Amino acid sequence: MTRHVALFVTCLVDLMRPRIGFAAIRALEAAGCDVVVPEGQTCCGQPALNSGDRDHAAALAKQTIEALEPYEAIVVPSGSCAGTIRCHYPEIFEHDPLWLPRAQAVAAKTWEIMTYLDQVCGWKPEGVTVDAKATYHDSCSGLRELGIKAQPRRLLKNIDGLTFAPLQGEETCCGFGGTFCVKYPSISNAIVGEKADAIDATGADLLLAGDLGCLMNMAGKLNRNGSKVRAYHAIELIAGMGDGPAIGEEA
Amino acid sequence: MSGFTAPAGTASFKERADAALGDPILKIAVERTAGTAEAKRTVAVSAFPDFEAARTRAAAIKDHGIAHLGAYLEEFEANAVAAGAKVHWASTADEACKIVIDICKAANAKSVARSKSMLGEEIGLPHALAEAGIGRVETDLAEHIIQLADERPSHIIWPAMHKTREQVSALFKAKHRTPHQEESIAAMAESARRELRSRMLGADVGISGANFLIADTGAVCTVTNEGNAELSLVPPRVHIVTAGIEKIVPSMPHAIHMLRMLARSATGAALTQYTTFYTGPKRPGDRDGPEEMHIVLVDNGRTKMREEGLAEMLRCIRCGACMNHCVVFRQIGGHAYGGTYPGPMGAVLTPVLDGLKQSRDLPNACTLNGKCQEVCPVRIPLPTLLRGWREKSWREGLEPTSMRWGLGLWAFVARRPSLYRLGTGIAVRAMRLLGKKGWIGTLPLAGGWTRHRDMPKPAPQTFMTQYRKERRK
Repeated sequence: MTRHVALFVTCLVDLMRPRIGFAAIRALEAAGCDVVVPEGQTCCGQPALNSGDRDHAAALAKQTIEALEPYEAIVVPSGSCAGTIRCHYPEIFEHDPLWLPRAQAVAAKTWEIMTYLDQVCGWKPEGVTVDAKATYHDSCSGLRELGIKAQPRRLLKNIDGLTFAPLQGEETCCGFGGTFCVKYPSISNAIVGEKADAIDATGADLLLAGDLGCLMNMAGKLNRNGSKVRAYHAIELIAGMGDGPAIGEEA
Repeated sequence: MSGFTAPAGTASFKERADAALGDPILKIAVERTAGTAEAKRTVAVSAFPDFEAARTRAAAIKDHGIAHLGAYLEEFEANAVAAGAKVHWASTADEACKIVIDICKAANAKSVARSKSMLGEEIGLPHALAEAGIGRVETDLAEHIIQLADERPSHIIWPAMHKTREQVSALFKAKHRTPHQEESIAAMAESARRELRSRMLGADVGISGANFLIADTGAVCTVTNEGNAELSLVPPRVHIVTAGIEKIVPSMPHAIHMLRMLARSATGAALTQYTTFYTGPKRPGDRDGPEEMHIVLVDNGRTKMREEGLAEMLRCIRCGACMNHCVVFRQIGGHAYGGTYPGPMGAVLTPVLDGLKQSRDLPNACTLNGKCQEVCPVRIPLPTLLRGWREKSWREGLEPTSMRWGLGLWAFVARRPSLYRLGTGIAVRAMRLLGKKGWIGTLPLAGGWTRHRDMPKPAPQTFMTQYRKERRK
């Protein structure tokens, strides 16, 4: 059975690291999905929503709903954007009888990519080898809004050669928080500084996570500190694209 | 409404936070206590059969009490009066203080012993007592430290958590009448005991807060780990309780359930050392106890909270778990928040007490990571409530112009996909010009990011551009 899925690439992936989008397509196709990338999509509206700008958040949510609702399933390579669509779109339209059912319908068929591959498709990567020691950071929205914890670990366990070093405080926020990191840079820096130290202390070669925002924050701090740890979105490894440049490396 | 706000002359939230970040001793002190509390809570919760169901029940108990607040408060009043207490009602902080001061004056009180109460801090009672010329002795060990240092609490469970034991030892040596000689915790505790005992026994009035008000018996429940409440409230002639009206629970079994949640969430203990239920003053034939018991039920914005969509916040039982687990609190400590209540719960409450205009930073200075909600024993949706304040702040135009313009521009472009593709394509190419190797060290308009970390250089083309090209092949 072919699953028809729409990929919502997220604005950060679109602008900053397109490889994550291509890795998502590759993994989904390997899992037997037929993938389309709807044209009308841009940003899910999370920055506006979390900043209190409800009108713009609602406008972007409507646009995203319109772009995604024709599809059987929507897959997102980000726990926080998937969480926005799944958990917050229905809240945004709580008092809007016209849009609420549409928001609920889209929410119900929106999945974070690793959850979709693992839980819905029951798929595992095959024939992928990465000789490295990795550590994993559980990004907050995915972890607490969508229960993403075991899914990426189950998928990554199938990669040959990849070993794991547990990260002290793996469930502790990295201090990114969307606009928080630019609104309160010194607090954010203190938080990510501790995170970077914890990552270095694992002795891992690779830092993996499921959200590009958190990854850019942690990788940016690690690089500023002169750390040798290289950062990837977990889906890149899972899709067999772990031999490409890490975040901040030239292709 | 006169909430007791940040000390005079203190700077903005950002300046206070930066000062805190620059204090390595504060960081050590906060980490010691919050880290221990976090670890102990984890153990306590894992040993609690079906903690999740217990949280749901705790939330339901509080919601029920709040939904029928009027009826339960009346029941409480009737039973407290029947037990011999006098019940007073205060709608504002000032009213509450005036009632307390009047009772003290009527009792001809020269000194009061106070057992720790955050509501007392909230209504500015220490300040009001000083203005009325009434001597005050703080009997909770941490509050005693705070009083000696002339500071304010930085945490609702450990008011002196911002101080290290070394700092406390130095303070005791300087301020106690008979200073301790050795540096051990036992010697310091003994020194505080010597200092406080005589003052407790000599007080004319004892003032306490309440952890729970029990409607069907009219009892007031107080928990401490030092027994200082008992020593402060039983010997004096008059006992005054100041309590927020949301502390009501219908009956003793409800109170017991809440106590189990409170202690585990706060310190990881199964119960506090001292849990006392005070029902009325001394009765004929009793050897101990105050001659008068007064209970001041304080609203101070609580009714308004219920009406303004913050009813869930009235569930709060002041355990402090949200702040112990908050990444922001762990970096900046409690004083940086500037209000009576710090951390996530404080970020929801302070705008109610001090006004949103003055405290708009608090709901914003949060990463919305959801950990506070995960550990809250009464399931308060703190991130949702914080987002609610952000929306209000946005609607009222309190957010900085740069943020409003920046997000407005982003939304304008993002709502026009073809303009967005064009604009992001240009932006990506422009950003690449600023990078060396794979990283950008300084990015105009993103100084907040690049001051402390590098920005990865974007790929030459956006995903959408590359994807379209591939599809055309």
